[in-house]
Amino acid sequence: MIAIVDYNAGNLTSVKLAFQALNCEVEVTQSPATILKADRVIFPGVGAAGASMRHLSELKLIDPIREVIDRGTPFLGICLGTQILFDFSEEDGGTPTLGLLPGRVPRFQPENPFEKVPQIGWNQLKFARTHPVLRGIADMSEFYFVHSYYPAPKQDEIIIGTTSYADVTFASMVAVDNLVATQFHPEKSGRIGLKLLENFVQWTP
Amino acid sequence: MLTKRIIPCLDVINNRVTKGVKFKNNIDLGDPVEMAIMYSNEGCDELVVYDITASAEHRPIDIEMIRSVARSIRIPFAVGGGISTIEDMSRILLAGAEKISVNSLAVKNPSIISEGARAFGSQCIVLGMDPVKTDNLEQCPSGYEITTRGYREHTGIDAVDWARRAEELGAGEIVVNSVDADGTRNGFELTITGLIADAVSVPVVASGGAGCAEHLRDAFSIAHADAAIVAGILHTGHTTIAQLKKELHDAGVPVRMHW
Repeated sequence: MIAIVDYNAGNLTSVKLAFQALNCEVEVTQSPATILKADRVIFPGVGAAGASMRHLSELKLIDPIREVIDRGTPFLGICLGTQILFDFSEEDGGTPTLGLLPGRVPRFQPENPFEKVPQIGWNQLKFARTHPVLRGIADMSEFYFVHSYYPAPKQDEIIIGTTSYADVTFASMVAVDNLVATQFHPEKSGRIGLKLLENFVQWTP
Repeated sequence: MLTKRIIPCLDVINNRVTKGVKFKNNIDLGDPVEMAIMYSNEGCDELVVYDITASAEHRPIDIEMIRSVARSIRIPFAVGGGISTIEDMSRILLAGAEKISVNSLAVKNPSIISEGARAFGSQCIVLGMDPVKTDNLEQCPSGYEITTRGYREHTGIDAVDWARRAEELGAGEIVVNSVDADGTRNGFELTITGLIADAVSVPVVASGGAGCAEHLRDAFSIAHADAAIVAGILHTGHTTIAQLKKELHDAGVPVRMHW
């Protein structure tokens, strides 16, 4: 069973539908027990870092998330889920986040007023490294993004792919051991996004 | 580089996609789910589904149709028509839509924008607007006035003011659907689209008047639109999304080429 962690951070329907399209058994859950017994864990999210950290804490989900990552369960972060895996987000006046990945999450500050924030739409993923989850996907394929903040990892070694927007080239995909995390939304990225999710489902870290 | 989005629009009446000019002479084009799948396979970047009579008939949007579309495509889509409460929005988002588009009802009750943005995030709330050219510069200094209810009602509200206000209230994206250009295939109304794109810091979508790839290029490069809605020329088979994208790509416009 694949657990989709629901911490009141946005609409998870499209995440669920994408895994159902792959014929996976999925459960959208707030239950620590369900997350701990899942074969794979999806950590999605849309919204603000501050409120999300509060919800995670109130729902007592922080320890189960650490535990499944520590014990090697294949783990996929998406969008806000990815951002709050890092140490610190600039959002909401500065929010300390989970600290599972070293790095910060700053806001886009475009010089060009026509580069709007949030970034909304399809942008290219430029591969920095190969990863099993990218099997069968071409370098520079486009994925769907919706975000105002972006991951800035401390270590370049964890960067799997980058994307350029608003004068920065940021880490749009990172991975460490059993953890993969994307700033973009594979579940909304058409056939190519679904391929990434299918690779994740078949991946044995 | 962020690509420019091409967004087909499906106007739905009684579970059928229709196309009319200014809401008149509607012709039946097909099943919304089948058309959503077709356009998604052809490489569209997003979709808009409007239940165009829901509002006039005072009935909720067809949720089963939204669910079927969500099950069938893996790209984002927005839903509009007859949305007047947070509960309506919640039902549509839980059915699998990415965004909610509000239009006439937001003019009457602007707090629906702020309530929606607070409940679901600004990225979910799209403001659609139907500006028309006006000589009433005293009330509407931009020269464009907001109309509502399928262009039937003039509001006396300046289009650029309304766009700024909607952004402040929390709209995450603004669709500028020109009444004057709609259905003409003579190109988007670049003036008002550009005025709004330059006045707000959220993405702006050009709508109404698409006739060929050059019109889209102009909306992106001259009017600074981030995306464009295309309907009639696709529905009638005059062109395809792949063809539009190829022409835009050849003209140096960044568009998504892998799908």
